[in-house]
Amino acid sequence: MTTIHALLQAATPSSEPHTLPFFAFTALKLIVVFTVYMVGVALLTLAERKISAWIQDRHGPNRVGFHGLMQPIADGVKNFVKEETYPAAANIPLFVLAPAMAFIPALVTWAVIPFAAPWDGRWGRIEMVLAPLPIGFLFILAISSLGVYGIVLAGWSSNNKYSLLGGLRSSAQMISYEIAMGMSTIPVLLLAGNVSMSKIVNQQAFETWNVLNLTIAFFIFLVAAFAETNRLPFDLPEAESELIAGYHSEYSAMKFSLFFIAEYANMVTASALMATLFFGGWDIPFTLWDNVAPHTFLKTLVTFLFFWSKILFFVFVFIWVRWTLPRFRYDQLMSLGWKIMLPVALGYIVVIAGGTLILESIGIHPSTWQFSVIFLAMNIVLLVALFGFIDRGRLISPAYSRLDKRNLDKLRRVRYERGMLEPVPSEGGAD
Amino acid sequence: MAIGVKVIDRPIQQTSYVRATLSGMGLTLKHLLRPMSEKVTVQYPEEKLGVSPRWRGTHRMLTTEDGKAKCVACGLCPTVCPANCIKLVPGEDENGNRYPLVFEIDEFRCIFCGYCQEVCPEEAIHVGRHYENSEYSREGFVYDLERLMAQTHPVCEMWDPADPKGE
Repeated sequence: MTTIHALLQAATPSSEPHTLPFFAFTALKLIVVFTVYMVGVALLTLAERKISAWIQDRHGPNRVGFHGLMQPIADGVKNFVKEETYPAAANIPLFVLAPAMAFIPALVTWAVIPFAAPWDGRWGRIEMVLAPLPIGFLFILAISSLGVYGIVLAGWSSNNKYSLLGGLRSSAQMISYEIAMGMSTIPVLLLAGNVSMSKIVNQQAFETWNVLNLTIAFFIFLVAAFAETNRLPFDLPEAESELIAGYHSEYSAMKFSLFFIAEYANMVTASALMATLFFGGWDIPFTLWDNVAPHTFLKTLVTFLFFWSKILFFVFVFIWVRWTLPRFRYDQLMSLGWKIMLPVALGYIVVIAGGTLILESIGIHPSTWQFSVIFLAMNIVLLVALFGFIDRGRLISPAYSRLDKRNLDKLRRVRYERGMLEPVPSEGGAD
Repeated sequence: MAIGVKVIDRPIQQTSYVRATLSGMGLTLKHLLRPMSEKVTVQYPEEKLGVSPRWRGTHRMLTTEDGKAKCVACGLCPTVCPANCIKLVPGEDENGNRYPLVFEIDEFRCIFCGYCQEVCPEEAIHVGRHYENSEYSREGFVYDLERLMAQTHPVCEMWDPADPKGE
């Protein structure tokens, strides 16, 4: 028992592990978070179909229950009673393991996301986070990269060329966008001066939400989150027109369903991360009522609802974008990740770190209003520069591009110099 | 680049990603917010779209006023049937009138060409304007005379050369 206490003390130095209430409330929080999360994910499959239908001027599922509300249950029952098939040449242990591997990391990430304001009850302060790790953000970075293993293992163990290609694409894509994603969050950590999720939320609650002064970081994080969750326009791992269903081609019944659930679970987790890192977590905007003592249960409840409404908004954005944009070509995906997002994210770190340093050297410290105003102004300038000037007039690795006159002349000059002079071709014929 | 490849000059000056994405999302949002009455889905079992007057579906045998089949068992329809799906055994009553003893159409074999209706001198057998034909067994698709006479759906109006557009 003492070793357990010591471990808990090490994991959560802020809260004293009083034996019974601590375990009881941790179990309770686990149940609540898990239930809300899983029911949410189930309903999301319906939401996706409904929203896609509305966008396409259709009704969507409306047969099972009131306006199709029982559709997820019907789908679940169907998936449980369906026959499961195993490819003859599959690696069965890995084949069975892969769906769980895809699903669990999305769930585990929730351990460190604070989902409501703390509650000062009869049993002392109860943090509304499953594990208030002081290194919460690093934990998220570590766990979220594990999600790709499920997909890669599924692709490889199916012993199917399309599955394998899907798995390969997924791993390359995840590696490319993981970096940009990690880099885009460093400005947030720079401003918060901490890697604990609760501290990041608190900093935003008492100053400004990060989306207002770190919009570009948010934008990069958003795009990378789309790539990380394998959603359109980055759903190359399961590109139907090329790879049948990609990594889950060979899966059937509940195992297929688990991949499906994993996708939505990842979506909710990515939305929760965006809400926590850039939109103030459970913070209620324009008021400090929820951030100061006394921490009543009402505040916990209201902030919980606020947190979930933020998550649902981002989930809606995920679905909305999916039914708007077509898929990237694979080389465009790579080129966007490595040639645009990564340099922009790195440059942004330099700008934010440099800005903070300069402001501190002239005596304006973080968490003063001058600091916020200057960052806001800088953010607007950067946004206009990025979206106004840089966005227009560029192609992300076009299929081909005609050589313009200057490049054509340059090529001809090279040929002259090397003595490979040919008759000058007629207009437009040399490209 | 090889000769014959079609080169499209992309309008690079107007290319944009973020702004184009936002305007696209605006468009989809506009559709998302449309009222339910503007949805295009037909709620099938409740609402049905009509079919063309020349729709050729499962058959129907017309009857005389006294409830007998109009068929005189002349044997033209099984002869003309390209799919060989009509089974006809002719009979004759005491007055010398021919009538079908057995008249069966295998709707699975039928290709719904409508030749039987076209060829029938008595305008007895018709293809119908009907499409809801589900059955639980293959045998259920062999329609006998009784069943053909019991059908009530409207029958096909064949193409009339004098009125090619059906006006």
